[in-house]
Amino acid sequence: MERNQMLRQVAVMRQSFFDQGFLDEQFVQLEELQDDANPNFVEEVVTLYYRDSSRQILNIDQALERNPLDFNKLDTYMHQFKGSSTSIGAKKVKAECTQFREYCKAGNGEGCMRTFQQVKKEYAILKRKLEAYFQQVRVQSGPSETACRPRN
Amino acid sequence: MSFSAPLMENGFSSPRNESFPAGLRVLVVDDDPTWLKILEKMLKKCSYEVTTCGLAREALKLLRERKDGYDIVISDVNMPDMDGFKLLEHVGLEMDLPVLMMSVDGETSRVMKGVQHGACDYLLKPIRMKELRNIWQHVFRKKIHEIRDIESHDSFDGIQISINGSDLSDDGHMFCGEDLTSVRKRKEFENKHDDVGDHSSPKKHRVVWSVDLHQKFVKAVNQIGFDSKYEVGPKKILDLMNVPWLTRENVASHLQKYRLYLSRLQKENDLKASFGGIKLSDLPSKDPAGSFGVQSSISGNQNDVPNGRYQYSGENFFAQDLDTKNHEGDLKRVVSESTDTKSTLTADLPDPQETRSSQMSFDHSFASLDSEVNYTAIPAQYSWSEAPQFKEEHKPLLQLEDGFSQLPPSGLHHIQIDPLQSASSITSGLSVTGREICGPEKIKPLYAQFNGNHVSLLSPKESAIDSFPVQSKSHMVKHQSFEPISTAISGMKPQGFNLSCITDFESCQRNLISATDTTFAPFNEDLTVCWLQGDCHSMNFELPNVEFTDYTDPGFIAEFPIYLCDTLTSDNECPFDTPEYPIVDQGLFLS
Repeated sequence: MERNQMLRQVAVMRQSFFDQGFLDEQFVQLEELQDDANPNFVEEVVTLYYRDSSRQILNIDQALERNPLDFNKLDTYMHQFKGSSTSIGAKKVKAECTQFREYCKAGNGEGCMRTFQQVKKEYAILKRKLEAYFQQVRVQSGPSETACRPRN
Repeated sequence: MSFSAPLMENGFSSPRNESFPAGLRVLVVDDDPTWLKILEKMLKKCSYEVTTCGLAREALKLLRERKDGYDIVISDVNMPDMDGFKLLEHVGLEMDLPVLMMSVDGETSRVMKGVQHGACDYLLKPIRMKELRNIWQHVFRKKIHEIRDIESHDSFDGIQISINGSDLSDDGHMFCGEDLTSVRKRKEFENKHDDVGDHSSPKKHRVVWSVDLHQKFVKAVNQIGFDSKYEVGPKKILDLMNVPWLTRENVASHLQKYRLYLSRLQKENDLKASFGGIKLSDLPSKDPAGSFGVQSSISGNQNDVPNGRYQYSGENFFAQDLDTKNHEGDLKRVVSESTDTKSTLTADLPDPQETRSSQMSFDHSFASLDSEVNYTAIPAQYSWSEAPQFKEEHKPLLQLEDGFSQLPPSGLHHIQIDPLQSASSITSGLSVTGREICGPEKIKPLYAQFNGNHVSLLSPKESAIDSFPVQSKSHMVKHQSFEPISTAISGMKPQGFNLSCITDFESCQRNLISATDTTFAPFNEDLTVCWLQGDCHSMNFELPNVEFTDYTDPGFIAEFPIYLCDTLTSDNECPFDTPEYPIVDQGLFLS
């Protein structure tokens, strides 16, 4: 059936996130929190994350434009951003964040800037993927009464 | 839901009802909205009652407004408006609630810091729900310990009396006396279980030393100190305070707490000192919570008894907790004695092992949460509290600048400014033993008093000297942190460790009684903090009053002006070699 197909598609998509290292266990935690009281919990959280973190990214970008670089500040910002990214289980993004902080500690401005480009890249990729994913999820749950979420 | 009641009824052997820990009232503080949402959901799934908060200040406000409204607090370590550790201390001091810290950073040093500041646990993000499920154990454990304390001591040290309704100022956390009375009765009959259902019955909560009470306390101490040379004992203080419901044990335990607190501060100060000693300029001004701006006008915070050190800092103040007995009285809405007791006051002062003490300090430093008052975190290395560790000599001046206070190395005391903490907390780790405490007073009155008594901002010498001898017995450290201004005065107490902290939120003041240190901090608007210490301060509790007289040493005074100048103009280190000076981190009082 079409619906089953769609379900499968969503499931496959979801699984790929884990297999390819985009998301980690935290995402599953979010899914487990979703219930009748909050049927769209995961999507809400992810949306909140992207909204809040865009501000953080802006801060870092601005801080990276300064001269000389304030590594303490950069580290603080990144710490915040990393904390946020942890909330949705953004694995690759987190890894880049860690790298960034290493460069900060080392006072390596060049490294910071390069890494931050990576951070933003992973951030954007994940965002696209998740948007597509939730769209699918919504499509699926639209017609039905209950929220449809792919589960392993 | 009141947790303590059921415990008492059942001898805390079993939860009050089957629903426990359901309904546990949790306050979550995190500046990250995503995490806040997640945690809220997780906690709700655990059947807890959740309140979320995005700002530390707001959290404190909530906590203060509903004193008995929460059972446990979970807070992130990194928050924009206030350092999580400071919040931790405040909560510990004022409300004596278990606090869990969270962070994405799991570095051992951070975790250790959390524990030092009194965190019951340190959670690493990402947090799993199962970790949250068990947080109720912290609440339970705390209650058990409290009750055990009560049971095992004759004194009220471990007894916490919670009094509903505050007969003190609205922002005071003072519990009214009715519960104390009933607690006392209870004690007499060795009846540990009160009628739990009655809100007025003592629930073995801690006595909260509100600002007013603390003031009375300090006043009593001062009085005794001024009038005589003998040591001030808890009984005497109690008599003078004339607070019917207060017991000698309360006073004693209050002092004890501060002692611990001070000793902890000292320890921290020592650590910090190793990082660079006292540096006025080290204050991280970025820290919103704690940076004391030099600009803040300093309203002469002064302890009544300038016996101790006075620190004036525009925005920093040192709170010295020298308090073997209790000093908190005047923390306005700040200090919760219970927290203090645990942490700071213990017989062994110099050893700042109690995490609580650190809590206390942090607390104090939060005197002005809402304002930029920063405390200079002065890691008070004072070993006021303990004779053995007592570092005698209190350094003459401690300058605080941006939260740094340097103590002139005239004495053995160590005062260190903790740059890390300075931002928002002044830790007064001074614990004075055997000294009388000058009643700390609210900033305004204190200030006046202070001036009147001994220290005039501009002519500290005379007053300082005068106050010292009188005060030989008690030191009072007052830290006042004003929102705009903060000055800290610490008095030293030779023996009993009295620390009174007063925090006037509006005015951000704190009074800490530090018995050992006679630092006098002249009030100087431009000055952040000045600690003036006598030559020989025996911060040691056990030290006799005699040591106080050292304060009057003119040489001591002489240093003062110089010091002031220096501090005014630069953030350089105190002319004295102060590394050993413990800086008391006021953190006790919150404004």
